[in-house]
Amino acid sequence: MTTTISTPAGQAGVRGKAPGTARGPRRPGRLRRIGLPYLLLLPALALELLVHLVPIVIGFVMSFKELTQFYLRDWTAAPWTAFDNFSVAVDFDAPVGRGLLHSFWITCLFTVLSVGLCWLLGTTAAVYMQETFAGRGLLRALFLVPYALPVYAAVITWAFMFQRDNGLINHVLTDQLGLTDGRPFWLIGDNSFIALLTVSVWKGWPFAFLIVMAGLQNIPKELYEAAALDGAGVWQQIRRITLPSLAPVNQVLVLVLFLWTFNDFNTPFVLFGKAAPEAADLISVHIYQSSFATWNFGTGAAMSVLLLGFLLLVTGVYLFFTSRGRKVSHV
Amino acid sequence: MRRIRAAASGAVVVSLLTAATACGGGSSTGGGSNESPKTLTYWASNQGPSIEADKKILQPELDKFEKKTGIKVKLEVVPWSDLLTRIMTATTSGQGPDVLNIGNTWSASLQATGALLPWDEKNLAKIGGRDRFVESALGSTGAEGQDPAAVPLYSMAYALYYNKKMFADAGIEGPPATWDELVATGKKISKDDKWGLGAEGSNLSNNIHQVFVLGKQHGADFFDAQGKADFTSDGAVKAVKQYVDLMAADKVVAPGNAEYAQNQSLSDFSKGKTAMVLWQAAATTFKAQGMKDEDWGVAPVPVQSGTPGQDTSVNSMVAGINMAVFKNTRNLDGALEFVKFMTSDEEQKHLCSTYGSIPPVKAAQSDPAFDRPELKVLRDTLATSAAPLPQVPDESQFETAVGTAVKNLFAQAASGKQPTEADVEAELTKAQQQMAGQ
Repeated sequence: MTTTISTPAGQAGVRGKAPGTARGPRRPGRLRRIGLPYLLLLPALALELLVHLVPIVIGFVMSFKELTQFYLRDWTAAPWTAFDNFSVAVDFDAPVGRGLLHSFWITCLFTVLSVGLCWLLGTTAAVYMQETFAGRGLLRALFLVPYALPVYAAVITWAFMFQRDNGLINHVLTDQLGLTDGRPFWLIGDNSFIALLTVSVWKGWPFAFLIVMAGLQNIPKELYEAAALDGAGVWQQIRRITLPSLAPVNQVLVLVLFLWTFNDFNTPFVLFGKAAPEAADLISVHIYQSSFATWNFGTGAAMSVLLLGFLLLVTGVYLFFTSRGRKVSHV
Repeated sequence: MRRIRAAASGAVVVSLLTAATACGGGSSTGGGSNESPKTLTYWASNQGPSIEADKKILQPELDKFEKKTGIKVKLEVVPWSDLLTRIMTATTSGQGPDVLNIGNTWSASLQATGALLPWDEKNLAKIGGRDRFVESALGSTGAEGQDPAAVPLYSMAYALYYNKKMFADAGIEGPPATWDELVATGKKISKDDKWGLGAEGSNLSNNIHQVFVLGKQHGADFFDAQGKADFTSDGAVKAVKQYVDLMAADKVVAPGNAEYAQNQSLSDFSKGKTAMVLWQAAATTFKAQGMKDEDWGVAPVPVQSGTPGQDTSVNSMVAGINMAVFKNTRNLDGALEFVKFMTSDEEQKHLCSTYGSIPPVKAAQSDPAFDRPELKVLRDTLATSAAPLPQVPDESQFETAVGTAVKNLFAQAASGKQPTEADVEAELTKAQQQMAGQ
């Protein structure tokens, strides 16, 4: 069966292709020239629609439904509840709303600290890595290990290290260095925030390092040479050349890190399980628990929609100001 | 510059889109059929020491079944932490296995979704009838007054496991029968980095099992007759406080146990760091951890006073695994045939003695394999003094909400704060309002 089909198809292909390739590159039709890029984008667009847009629309619809275990099997049959799910989510006097608000603030603080530290560490390392020295390649590769490891394996290892009685962290801090009095808990109570931040920065800074390093490669060496001739010191070079040249790279980097960190689900979930300690109750796990653990997908969907709205707003404002800043600097 | 902006907006779009959580849609059509009579998919819960061990135990039985009936069973062993979410996802999408294991405490919650095949008299007759099963095990197969949503497969009960040598070293005669005795015993042992009792403070389900039993002993049920959450009754507050106080006030549980959730308390027990644990069918785990059978003893879980029995002397939940058939199955006859096989006397004897559980099938229970002393305690408990968790649709939410409340209280206790009755009530009120917020 394959042969009978392939023979005429092959011939047709050859017949059709020969004149086409002869004409093609020399004078492509106007329509084809404009249409081709869009045509090539089409599969990606369709996939994007399927993978992301459809669930978003479904999530949006769900946020207006009373979706409990009774309607799980056929969620379209769940009754409409107008804005009930939203009013439950933002009723900050009741436990559900209070919990959401609490986890929102925790997430904001966590994101600011994590992104800040990732950027600082990544930039510092990238600047130092510009100098050539023995073992630079090895060090560079080593820096990227956290970025290359599977998240689950890495975070579960951290969870073991953070165990109070048998973990490596307390062994070093308490037994070897004597820095703490008594063994602190890291996976429950207030310290859990520090534990989460540590893992998040460890996981996130290599990405900042990678991006900043790529950005640094694009800064012409002559600029530094000229500056040195004019008598600028290292600090002045960093302030007047490196940082301004990195600005566009940084704008993208900070935004991406912000979105990743704000939505990070894997790190807290693997570290703490489905009930995170209050001090480290990030919003993504909080929403997961509100939908999956209490079987209340309507409220969970409403919370997701609110989160999406917030992130869109922040991103919009951020892009508005950063792109305006760029235009001004070019005038 | 334009390229950078394009990259930025691209990244933003992708990140934002992934931010929105939503679960997949798709409705499903009812009842099972026999479109593909020669295959079945089976989701087994993780029962043994590891997923690999489970595969090794189950595969030969599935081969036996195939030889007998010509039906090939595709096995997937699902870890506990994923099982409920996987079942929910399968329910929503309608794309599930044909046969699956569920934790018996979830029966009523999953029954409410309508995704599981109801075991009416007709279906039960195909596996030998209702009378083959132990009554207490049937009590946790769904809400009262409805056809069961599952049939019992493995039964378990809680017992008090104690380290004989540690008891002898501390000059303790025998296992405690009441909580006061347990605290007194624990205090004698809790010194020099050794502790009286182990707990799993961050394991939500385990927390629920323990406070449910204590709740029964204080006359509380956590749900009222209409199936509505009732977490803040006097009895419930007393029960939760009594459990957390074992660490906070009595100091017979090590503070480190507040973060345990991976059965670390069992390793501590095997290593001789703690003298007692309240557990269900722990024999195989102790063996796997290198502890000899003669080193430990088993006694019923303590009660407030007197001896274990019904009502306020309940000392265990009815623990166990049920087997359910997905309503969407494309091989209904085969699925029923497979459940019949797994609950047959012969398979029950084999599987339960391998897993260290008790057969919920009466005829298999009398087998000499289940005459070991520790199994006798578990069997008596199941027969006379165990109660099923409330069979209400909100049961699975209760596990999360109250389990988290107990976890939070343990975290307070571990940091040296002794939770008062008001603290306990505040945590339970919060848990209840999360339920009421639905």
